[in-house]
Amino acid sequence: MSFLREIIRRPAGAFGFGWITLVVLSAIVSSFWTPQDPFTANPLDGWLRPSAAHLFGTDSIGRDIFSYVFAATRTTVIVAGLSGILASLVGIGLAALGSLTKRWVRESIAVLIDILIAFPAILIAMLLAAVFGGSLGVVIVAVGVGYGVNIARVSRGEIRRVRATDYVLAARAAGVGPGGVLLRHLLPNIAPVFVVQLSLSMATSILAEAGLSYLGYGAPANTASWGRLLNDLQLYIGVHPGSVVWPGLAITLTVLAFNLLGDAIREASDPTLRGRSGSRGRSGSRRRDGARRRSGMRDQGKTP
Amino acid sequence: MSLDVSGLTIEIDGTRVVDDLSFTVADGQRFGLIGESGSGKSLTILSLIGLAPEIATVTGSVRLDGREILGLSERQLARIRGSEIAMVFQDPLTALNPLRTIGRQIGEPLRLHGDVSKRQAMSAAVDLAGEVGLPDPAGIVALFPHQLSGGQRQRVGIAMALACRPSILLADEPTTALDVTTQAQILDLFQRLVDERGSSLVFVTHDLAVLARVATDVTVLSQGRAVERGTVSGILRSPQHAVTRGLVDAARATTWTGGAE
Repeated sequence: MSFLREIIRRPAGAFGFGWITLVVLSAIVSSFWTPQDPFTANPLDGWLRPSAAHLFGTDSIGRDIFSYVFAATRTTVIVAGLSGILASLVGIGLAALGSLTKRWVRESIAVLIDILIAFPAILIAMLLAAVFGGSLGVVIVAVGVGYGVNIARVSRGEIRRVRATDYVLAARAAGVGPGGVLLRHLLPNIAPVFVVQLSLSMATSILAEAGLSYLGYGAPANTASWGRLLNDLQLYIGVHPGSVVWPGLAITLTVLAFNLLGDAIREASDPTLRGRSGSRGRSGSRRRDGARRRSGMRDQGKTP
Repeated sequence: MSLDVSGLTIEIDGTRVVDDLSFTVADGQRFGLIGESGSGKSLTILSLIGLAPEIATVTGSVRLDGREILGLSERQLARIRGSEIAMVFQDPLTALNPLRTIGRQIGEPLRLHGDVSKRQAMSAAVDLAGEVGLPDPAGIVALFPHQLSGGQRQRVGIAMALACRPSILLADEPTTALDVTTQAQILDLFQRLVDERGSSLVFVTHDLAVLARVATDVTVLSQGRAVERGTVSGILRSPQHAVTRGLVDAARATTWTGGAE
């Protein structure tokens, strides 16, 4: 819990955490209830301006844009969440294999990673879609593997760097076995880089889903998706520029929230940064005093 | 427990960094390896517990009470490291994991080698912290390495190494990165703890003045070869080899500059 407090103490972290929580809650609520059915067309109500009944207005065939954006959070959460998990597994798995195993295994993994990086996620998705048909699963696998290898490449270098440090040598000299070194020393110390990469890949997965849906390899027609809506509305951008703003804003804010949350997690997980950045800036908050008290105690501990 | 090193040879990319080195450390003996930088002393001490870097080819024999250490698997080595042989490292600023509290790091060997709970390891860590002279042991175990001074961190390193009461303690220039006053304190600590526990000590340094405070026997290394061996006092009195004479002169110079008496 104190870790969460560390994160939301920072404005960026508070926004990232707050927005993503909101998106996740919307995803849950929209599975049961939306203000109006996002798929029901009312051709007579096309292009209504925002009002109490239609917060974001309606589109060309009279669908309620707010309900659609609201319902699409579910797709976003599923795609970002699952592709994030898959990317972590692929990334950490390949990175661990690529830095901790025997030399010939390491070298082959390195080549494999380089080959996979050469395939854009979009291309992987198109290949998969050609075989299995377009679906969210295709998007998740393509983005998960596509960004997983990126994570693997960055994490592999980080694992190598941390593995060469004295504290890993000291831990091994204390009798920590290969598994313990990985879990207790390597992974926590590459976490800052990993978390930032992961938040980037989750943010990108939202964009990738939008792009793939546009190409017809992503969400099927009966699944609400910000990307699909954006592409529907973008046809009319010259006539009704206002309506494109909503899905665009949703995508932008969510991607931003992922990036900011990643940064905040990175800072919060570094004990040397803890209690610092919050104590700068505006005065008067109780949290700030708490942070100062804590660092005061620390200074006492420092003097012998 | 005795340590027998014979014919230890370390090659990196075909270059012999350590050449046919042999020495014995008897039970309770305080042994020093001294040499200029690049003489292969650090590599030697690392290879005693199988920690030489992967690119180094280590041949010869290192026996711990007759058991061969070279060629053991990483898992078998992990059982010996920290429990029977432990090591203190050169740079206390980098030898502690920045993300783990002092208490968890001191207690880690106990968790690994003894059947102790987290709570027991933590209270043992508090005791050890007190034993190595850290201020406010109960409070310091909750701190992170960056909140400690260099000398304090080296004390943590020593506490960690001694946690499981190893019978052989290896030290790779443990005072080189410290200022002179702290150096003296840490050396006193070494002496006291090694005496109290009766462990053997293998101490690597380039400074004969430092070695004279903690070790009784010494082997002088130069370019990977043992050029001279004997007792520290004997070598101080009549150094034979040119390298040894250089080290003795250097030690005299520092003692002269540092000593007011």
